[in-house]
Amino acid sequence: MGISAQSTQFNRRKDLLGLKDVSNEEIELILNTAIPMKDIIGREIKKVPTLRGKGMITVFYENSTRTRTSFELAGKYLSADTSNLAVSTSSVQKGETLRDTIKTLEMMGPDILVMRHGMTGAPHYVAQNTSMRVINAGDGTNEHPTQALLDMFSIREHKGRLAGLKVAIVGDILHSRVARSNIYGLAKFGCEIRVAGPPTMIPPGLDHLGVKVCFNLKDAIRDVDVVNVLRIQRERQQTGLFPSLEEYSELYMLRPEHLSLAADNAIVLHPGPINRGVEISTDIADSDTAVINEQVTNGVAVRMALLFLMMGGRRDEIAA
Amino acid sequence: MRLLLKGGRVIDPANGIDGALDVLIQDGRIAAVGDIPQGPEIGTCLDAGLDAGPGANAGPGSVPCSSSSRSDHSTTIVNCRGKIVCPGFIDLHAHLREPGYEYKEDIASGSRAAAAGGFTTICCMPNTNPVIDNGAVAGFVRRRAQEVGLVNVLPIGAITKKQAGEELAEMGELVAAGCVAVSDDGKPVMRSDVMRHALEYSRLFGIPVLSHCEDANLSDGQMHEGYYSTVYGLKGIPAEAEEIMVARDIVLARLTRARLHICHVSTKGALEAVRQAKALGLPVTCEATPHHLALTDEAVGSYDTDTKVNPPLRSAEHVQALREALASGLVDCIATDHAPHHIESKDCEYGLASCGISGIETAIAVIMDRLVRPGLLDVAKMVSLFTTGPAGIIESRQAADGMDQGTSDLTANQAAAYRGALTPGAPADVTIIDPELARTVNPRQFYSRGKNTPFKGMELTGWPCMTIVGGRIVAQDGRVVGQTD
Repeated sequence: MGISAQSTQFNRRKDLLGLKDVSNEEIELILNTAIPMKDIIGREIKKVPTLRGKGMITVFYENSTRTRTSFELAGKYLSADTSNLAVSTSSVQKGETLRDTIKTLEMMGPDILVMRHGMTGAPHYVAQNTSMRVINAGDGTNEHPTQALLDMFSIREHKGRLAGLKVAIVGDILHSRVARSNIYGLAKFGCEIRVAGPPTMIPPGLDHLGVKVCFNLKDAIRDVDVVNVLRIQRERQQTGLFPSLEEYSELYMLRPEHLSLAADNAIVLHPGPINRGVEISTDIADSDTAVINEQVTNGVAVRMALLFLMMGGRRDEIAA
Repeated sequence: MRLLLKGGRVIDPANGIDGALDVLIQDGRIAAVGDIPQGPEIGTCLDAGLDAGPGANAGPGSVPCSSSSRSDHSTTIVNCRGKIVCPGFIDLHAHLREPGYEYKEDIASGSRAAAAGGFTTICCMPNTNPVIDNGAVAGFVRRRAQEVGLVNVLPIGAITKKQAGEELAEMGELVAAGCVAVSDDGKPVMRSDVMRHALEYSRLFGIPVLSHCEDANLSDGQMHEGYYSTVYGLKGIPAEAEEIMVARDIVLARLTRARLHICHVSTKGALEAVRQAKALGLPVTCEATPHHLALTDEAVGSYDTDTKVNPPLRSAEHVQALREALASGLVDCIATDHAPHHIESKDCEYGLASCGISGIETAIAVIMDRLVRPGLLDVAKMVSLFTTGPAGIIESRQAADGMDQGTSDLTANQAAAYRGALTPGAPADVTIIDPELARTVNPRQFYSRGKNTPFKGMELTGWPCMTIVGGRIVAQDGRVVGQTD
């Protein structure tokens, strides 16, 4: 099936809220569309007119450096008009409700809303109450679908496939929306998924999702093709989930001796920003096995693909 | 004025009655239960079912009647064929929100909701503003309820002043003002010494202490902790947050020999603790809510804030255990935990939403549809869980304890009045259920100000069709009689 025909099918989807309820066909379509998008980013003139006249607004209720910028540039490279509303959760609790904020934005006429929110389900709630298309750029401890899509794109680019790969996700699984979206996405394509982290940061029921739980980092990494290292949030220490960052590093920081247990040519992913010397050693972060910098570029490409598909673009519009 | 409830299936567990019988009501009291001839002086006829307003013809299949004078000696016949006629249902656990939160609910709207929902007596929780922690507020609630005059409203006093969990509220004053129990519901009594003293002190009055069991240090979350909290990405509340406190309170009941009632029990482990307590002969009782019996944590997946409730909707394993405990008699009563909320505290992010379900108007239908009709709960057992069950809990045990402290007559009167039985001489509180009536839950038609129900849009079969309080028909076919909506 050609991309044009499939993008019509994709158009029936109003929102992208998580990978839980996205089909394999849709994911493949996004990843395939991201390939020519990545070419655009490498061009001298990084702009195609595909989304000219379309409006995109990003609303981030949580701080973000790369995701917001990545979406914004993705929109701009496709000629969409992009705008950003910076808000903090505290102002929401005191004043305007989320619903009213979103309605106000909707009345300004944008076609697509990219939203990050500290509370799980907030984009789902917004999506039910707006005519704008909603892309979830991370909600609470639930999902971060575009991060998982860019991770999958990066893995596929290096490994040529997803099916049958062994992937280890390391860190605070309990609170990680990156981990959840990766688990849903990778499981759909037949990856063998393992997680490793302190028992206080492993959520219940992962076995029912086909995920193997390891407490020990070495057990998780043995023979894997991909290691996805999660950022550890320092404030978790204060809530008593681990005794100190030093002990966390001692037990879970990815070092060369761990990676020697992995399969040949294993790659290391990290959603960033990285804490050097906490969850990942500098040796690894700066080595060829780490694809962390490529992930950033791929993130723009994948988001371009998603915006393109959701706003009804056709393939001939992005041909060079 | 006489009311003859004719030809229904009368289920009166307290008197061991279950059969096709008539119930005669006279002067606001039960006059007789049996095969009662309708007599010569017939006033009007009603159907206990659809579309029969006062004075309407009873329609096909009903008893014949004349439309003659409505003298004080005339008898109104209510055709109850195909219906279940029960003692008035008692809700041990409702939040009426007045005083202080009238925008969520008030005593008038809550009374109408209760009447429409088939309840004749409701016990209201003290988490109002001000808290029902003194006789003045308890007296206000009773006076307001009497002015509204639809259903019996029995206040529950606070365990601690301002429900702060620190100092005991004046329990004697609360009992004298008509409180039938004490509870800090909505909040746990975290301090074990305070709970111990509350239980000890309650023995003076023979009233039960209703415990909201939650270890607040373990319950910071939005839904039940398990597979679905992982999949939906919401912070989980482990079953153990409830079980730890149930276990603690039972241990304290063993120490104090006081009457302990566990509110909204929802986990397998909590039920096991209650089972052990009962096996030891401790005076421990517990209640289950319709939503914990009917729904699982899977329902949270849509992030519909109407599914947010405390304790949270549990996993299928716990729901199964609760259903079994209900059928086996381990659970003493069904209570609604009717918790109406204003739209603004539900129309928001899941994490910000208030906990609670407006449940008093759907309780009977949920139990009938989800438990009785599938054969999980015998209908007669259901009737006892709504009548003799709660009545036995609010009944004062003062006499039994031999500790008459000369509190007001009210308590003793209440014990006699709200026994959940159709005993001749008892106040004529009757709930009539149409087991075949199917209706879709439409919160916009609720009398309650709280439209927050996860059952919205569901078709349920088995609804209350008439509510009689003190011999007066207060609701019929889901609508309150003689009041403007």
